[in-house]
Amino acid sequence: MTSLDVGTAEAAEGVNAAVAMGDVMQKIAEHKGCGTSGGSGKASCGSGAGEGDLPTEIWEKVKNHPCYSEEAHHHYARMHVAVAPACNIQCNYCNRKYDCANESRPGVVSEKLTPEQAAKKVLAVASTIPQMTVLGIAGPGDPLANPEKTFKTFDLISRTAPDIKLCLSTNGLALPDHVDTIAGYNVDHVTITINMVDPEIGAKIYPWVFWKHKRYTGVEAAKLLTDRQLQGLEMLTERGILCKVNSVMIPGINDKHLVEVNKAVKSRGAFLHNIMPLISAPEHGTVFGLNGQRGPSAQELKALQDSCEGEMNMMRHCRQCRADAVGLLGEDRSAEFTTEKIMAMEVDYDLESRKAYQEKVEEERVAKVAAKQEELATLAGAASDIKLLIAVATKGSGLINEHFGHAKEFQVYELSTSGAKFVGHRRVDLYCQGGYGDEDSLETVIRAINDCHAVFVAKIGGCPKNDLIKAGIEPVDQFAHEFIEKSAIAWFKAYLDKVNSGEIEHQERGDAEIRQGALINAA
Amino acid sequence: MTLKIIASQCTSCSACEPECPNVAITEKNGTFVIDPKKCTECIGHFDAPQCAAVCPVDDTCVIDNAYPRYQAPA
Repeated sequence: MTSLDVGTAEAAEGVNAAVAMGDVMQKIAEHKGCGTSGGSGKASCGSGAGEGDLPTEIWEKVKNHPCYSEEAHHHYARMHVAVAPACNIQCNYCNRKYDCANESRPGVVSEKLTPEQAAKKVLAVASTIPQMTVLGIAGPGDPLANPEKTFKTFDLISRTAPDIKLCLSTNGLALPDHVDTIAGYNVDHVTITINMVDPEIGAKIYPWVFWKHKRYTGVEAAKLLTDRQLQGLEMLTERGILCKVNSVMIPGINDKHLVEVNKAVKSRGAFLHNIMPLISAPEHGTVFGLNGQRGPSAQELKALQDSCEGEMNMMRHCRQCRADAVGLLGEDRSAEFTTEKIMAMEVDYDLESRKAYQEKVEEERVAKVAAKQEELATLAGAASDIKLLIAVATKGSGLINEHFGHAKEFQVYELSTSGAKFVGHRRVDLYCQGGYGDEDSLETVIRAINDCHAVFVAKIGGCPKNDLIKAGIEPVDQFAHEFIEKSAIAWFKAYLDKVNSGEIEHQERGDAEIRQGALINAA
Repeated sequence: MTLKIIASQCTSCSACEPECPNVAITEKNGTFVIDPKKCTECIGHFDAPQCAAVCPVDDTCVIDNAYPRYQAPA
């Protein structure tokens, strides 16, 4: 353990030194961003924009973690290794029997890995995707219900790829028993899924938990779970480990209650709260899927996230990914790294070239923030209560660089006189298949971004363009391959000018649909 | 008697394996199986069979009527 700790610390220091200059520039560039672009205050700042008022040591931990920093998720990739199949609780939104390569939800994987296979996979991915900075264990069961496999994996990876951040995601039942081991492996990001702090509500979400050789059911099970979750959260934050809390929003069951959950986790030191929509369809075979429990609409989700936003950072860029996902959050490259393929790969783990690549990424980031600041300055003095949403087709790097028809998801930004704020994303089925349009999927896309006033794309065909205009969504392609926020602010400024001159009238948009179980890969 | 795992329902999650006090459970051809010679239905160890208590799929770890009831040593 001692040699392991030293190795990890040394490597981390090396990485920090290499990017130190970039950091300094970034802090300068992003510092202002917090006060002026935060929209509704601190919330989008900590997780959303730059360093802002985050203490330096926390900023160092989150700045290249795509799940803990909205800013980082445009540039950095993560991977999950499915070494932890067993679980110690049952959730009504989960069905462990279901396994499909075209599904993208937590708890779903194509194949399990041994810790040794996982370590090989991490090296293979790290060598292929140099911006992959984070390795998470998120199941498909619960990492802490498989402590030996989970910690063996961390052990192997911390030896061979010491620059990679380790994190895990747990239901929290076994968490208090493992906090010291987690700290020992320098795991400094832990996510706990907390859907309730009221056992009466918990009994509607969790049919049972298995603890100390006994299956507990009903309110007793939920009481046990919530006590252990909150205890684990306190123990982690006491040790300075960053905690994200995931909550599944289940309309009619815990939607209003999640405001209480937010307060409870905030008071215990959680860093980030991620409220996610329930994924529920009959074909998933889950209790909620089969009993017709619906997920929230886009407006319902955003309203709850907005109401929890205050002192607490809210995460809105979660893609609810699989336990074997690989790549940027909006993509999944796991098919490139099947066990068969990785075992045949010659892996050359080159720390130096990874560092060099990540320095380039930092430069890109700084340029993006500078562009946003410059554009934002032009909005100064503009007075308007108008707030609206836009959808953006992007492949990453913070650029409008995706064709409308190729987009697998759209990122959603809220525009106001305080700037452009990332507020979510919408998964869509591929609209363009084989080069010609398919009307049904265009309707799907329109339903998914129906609350947006405009959609920013690198390119768009004539037909979908007309249909979007008919649906009241302006297709915007004049900012192709430019920075998202800078372009959005420029467009918004022109929009306000047109409203003020009476050329157009500002109208509210309707609600949008959150799609269930879209494809993970372009087939 | 002993417990058995209904292979068609097993998700291969492996949760049962470490819970078995008799080390009677092993992975075979992608799912888990219980060795009837080792299974004691957890009698003398726990109040309920552990494999059934932790299994995520209902009615998958079940009593196998093909074997006589387990008798705890006197």
